[in-house]
Amino acid sequence: MGFDQYHEPPEELPAATRTFARLCASLTEEAEAIGWYEQRIAVEKDPEALAVMHDAQGEEFKHFSMDLEFLLRRTPSWREVAQGILFQPGDIVEHGEEAEAEAFEGGGPGAEGAYEDGSLGIGSLRGTS
Amino acid sequence: MTNHLLRSNAPISDAAWRLLDEEAQERLTPALAARKLVDFSGPHGWDHSATNLGRIEPLASAPCDGVSGLQRRVLPLVEVRADFEVARAELRDADRGAADADLEGLDKAAHQIAVAENIAVFHGWQGAIAGIDEASPHKQVKLGDITDKYPGLVAGAVERLLCSGITGPYGLALGREQYRRVVETAEHGGYPLLDHLGKILEGPIVWAPGVKGAVVVSLRGGDFLFESGQDLSIGYDSHDAEVVRLYLEESFSFRVATPEAGVALKP
Repeated sequence: MGFDQYHEPPEELPAATRTFARLCASLTEEAEAIGWYEQRIAVEKDPEALAVMHDAQGEEFKHFSMDLEFLLRRTPSWREVAQGILFQPGDIVEHGEEAEAEAFEGGGPGAEGAYEDGSLGIGSLRGTS
Repeated sequence: MTNHLLRSNAPISDAAWRLLDEEAQERLTPALAARKLVDFSGPHGWDHSATNLGRIEPLASAPCDGVSGLQRRVLPLVEVRADFEVARAELRDADRGAADADLEGLDKAAHQIAVAENIAVFHGWQGAIAGIDEASPHKQVKLGDITDKYPGLVAGAVERLLCSGITGPYGLALGREQYRRVVETAEHGGYPLLDHLGKILEGPIVWAPGVKGAVVVSLRGGDFLFESGQDLSIGYDSHDAEVVRLYLEESFSFRVATPEAGVALKP
């Protein structure tokens, strides 16, 4: 069913929340597809078919990353937590605990702003009224 | 991290900075009409100075014989800045937990910079930006103040776009007075004018302070291109014992790729 991404009545949700939910659903689908290709690649013996599937999985990596970046741009607190975890060497769980504490227990960003460039992070407002 | 905004140099606590940022976001978001209707690219950063147009112009001469040269054309970004002051006593009270800090200076600056952005996109900025109504080849029809005529005039604008091969959905930016008239009007039978116009457009109707009259645009994408350098930000200028002087700032360019994709309706 095409509207399954909504947990609440869609007509009660603001347009920006509906867009957010669509991208969350898309992110889930891309992650699932990555996992499916990983399993298919693990059992496939035909090298030509493997090449095709590797290429297809690469597309899903791209789609997943684009979905994630969109969601992070629209959600400063999520972005702040992610910045403390993603692409950081070391203990993942430790980084997670620290990033969470910094983002929420410390009350969020201050002079440095919620966004890397110090902006208000408003960006495009398409889909809002 | 200190960048050109110099926020960390201001005598403002982290909690007060969050208050200022949230207040600015709340004030800006309803008024930034152009961003609800045109394509947005970026932000590309404060050091992004020009938009590539993919065009060239000839040069009168070459450095030496045996070569020829051309010069690339670019569209420089504009910087817009709205200065404001906040009383340090108000920031101290906010830190104490006051829920009613007086941020009137910020509120006014946010409104003014949103108005400036709307005007630049919809009507242009002399010498810097060609606005949608300036670029449009369509005849500007007068919208007037008789709301009974609005559905016909908006439908006429949509029909002119269709005649030019411009598909929908379409969006409508309404100036303050025109927006007020639309939302307060119910047509014969009680049907809200806002809903009727929404059905004609199949797209959003947005409150657009700074717009004179109204502008109908296609939302199909690729026609109106807003390129952000530094997105709207609060920066620090200076302070004394009484006030902190701050500013709202952004840099952007705007260009119309398809002049036929917009129709202006005069007030």
